[in-house]
Amino acid sequence: MTTTTPPGSAAAPGLGELSLRRARPRYGEKIIQALLLGATALSVLTTVGIVVALLVPTIDFFRTVGVVEFLTGTVWTPLFAQKEFGVLPLVSATLLITFIALVVAVPIGLGAAAYLSEFASSRARRVFKPVLELLAGVPTVVYGFFALTFVTPLLRDLWPGANPPSTFNALSAGLVMGVMIIPTVASLSEDAMSAVPRALRDGAYALGSSPATVTRKVVFPAALSGIAAAVILGISRGLGETMIVVVAAGSTARLSGNPTEGMQTMTSFIAQAASGDQQVGSIGYNTIFAVGMLLFLFTLAMNVLSIRLVRRFREVYE
Amino acid sequence: MSSLGDVAVSAARTIPPVPRARAVQGGVFKFGLFLCLAFGVVALGTLLVDIVQTGLPRLNAQLFENFPSPSPRRAGAQSAIVGTLWVIALTALFTVPLGVATAIYLEEYADERRWYNRLLAANIQNLAAVPSIIYGILALGFLVRGIGLGPTVLAGALALTLLVLPIVILASREALRTVPRGIRQGAFALGATQWQVVSRQVLPAAIPGIATGTILALSRAIGEAAPLLLVSGITFITFNPTGLGSSFTVLPLQIYNWVTRPQAEFGVLAAAAIMVLLGILLVLNSAAIALRNRFQKRW
Repeated sequence: MTTTTPPGSAAAPGLGELSLRRARPRYGEKIIQALLLGATALSVLTTVGIVVALLVPTIDFFRTVGVVEFLTGTVWTPLFAQKEFGVLPLVSATLLITFIALVVAVPIGLGAAAYLSEFASSRARRVFKPVLELLAGVPTVVYGFFALTFVTPLLRDLWPGANPPSTFNALSAGLVMGVMIIPTVASLSEDAMSAVPRALRDGAYALGSSPATVTRKVVFPAALSGIAAAVILGISRGLGETMIVVVAAGSTARLSGNPTEGMQTMTSFIAQAASGDQQVGSIGYNTIFAVGMLLFLFTLAMNVLSIRLVRRFREVYE
Repeated sequence: MSSLGDVAVSAARTIPPVPRARAVQGGVFKFGLFLCLAFGVVALGTLLVDIVQTGLPRLNAQLFENFPSPSPRRAGAQSAIVGTLWVIALTALFTVPLGVATAIYLEEYADERRWYNRLLAANIQNLAAVPSIIYGILALGFLVRGIGLGPTVLAGALALTLLVLPIVILASREALRTVPRGIRQGAFALGATQWQVVSRQVLPAAIPGIATGTILALSRAIGEAAPLLLVSGITFITFNPTGLGSSFTVLPLQIYNWVTRPQAEFGVLAAAAIMVLLGILLVLNSAAIALRNRFQKRW
């Protein structure tokens, strides 16, 4: 202790200038950092790859087919002898089936999320959350099998009217897709509801609200941006889902609002066209990519919106 | 809930009891929410019972020993099972180093104030939500046709790698984030370099979380059919893959193939193959949960 120099004075002689800089440059560290950055950059390469892979054949496609014809045409027969390239039947089928799925998934997913977040004991949560995770882990081809061999026959047996659903129909595919999306909606909205500060709930209870009122009038509005993000992510999953629709909804492109008929979505067209052998550069091959581009843009818009909304609710409460 | 209970107890004398109508309403509301949750459980149960009832008679040695055949009585799924193992093993081999390296960069090295680091993170988040069939299109355009890999095991594994990489990255980032700052600061204070801190302190502590996330991501890859449908098409493969350049089929593709046949016997075969697929997934998921429960530290 006696050798300690008082603050402000020069460094003790013999010790030299004390430097916090490293003694020698560490090239190994730099190389490791560069390698890690390289691995990360691969994700950008993937994105660029997706865009280029879609764009090049798509541009080729629009050399033959007009953009307006593609987007507004109502007949879709690109793989037949008499070719028509109106994508509306595929888009309408995609939207219809996704809509049916949301009618199932949004109320049930939100209800389940509200129960888990606001009412369930911690034991019930331990039991039910893994079950929802299991539901999310079921491969979609299995859901397709379930739709075709269980839900469709059930619908046909129970159908009250004169025209029961056909073997391939949008209704069955949509309902089962709804079951598939429930975990997506439930788990994200439960996160949002659990993130609502306790003080908001306690304030409402202090004013005499019941748990039901607190859930509906306090927690739900406060978690709304997170819930919206969950629903949008659900929409995006529905739009991009392939195996359920390709198994259960059939492969007839049809512009129809009747869910008991079979119809072809964007994804099931891609799957069907790609399983046949299309010559590279042929119009059939390019059509796969044009439809893929359209699907990519749809889901990208949804994902960007969803990520924005999630960031907003995180910013508010964290 | 409990806060309401506390308030009710401490102020029981001054607050009038809840009106009966309101109590009933509250009960109905809660029960309705419970039904929503129960619906998910019932749906899962129905699906499993339906599949087991349909497929159990066909879950026999033939299913594992035989190859696909036009006759449903002789058909089996051996090439699909072995193909699944090949493709998933390769996918894991590609995904784990890349995914963990990316997660380490983003969590431990990247300066979030730099625009390119924010761009990288946002890009990965977006990739995680791209539909799987789009990865199939990418694989078809670039790998199968573009650089001429053809419909091979390697092309299939690369397609699945691109698909699950973002999920592995996001899960690994979560795992790295749970390691407390104090551990890093302690190591830095002792003079460790950045890489020493990461490789000897942070990474070992995060490995259970990373392993859990990776297993879950791979089990998603095992069930994927859409991207591989574009890579290999609906093919009739009656041999096991012998190398990276073999053509292949996997369980989900074989199931899809059988589901689309009109004969009912193929439906039974599909259900039996689904049981095998779900069995594999169950084993993997149990492993992930066991890992999480056994090694996860609460800091």
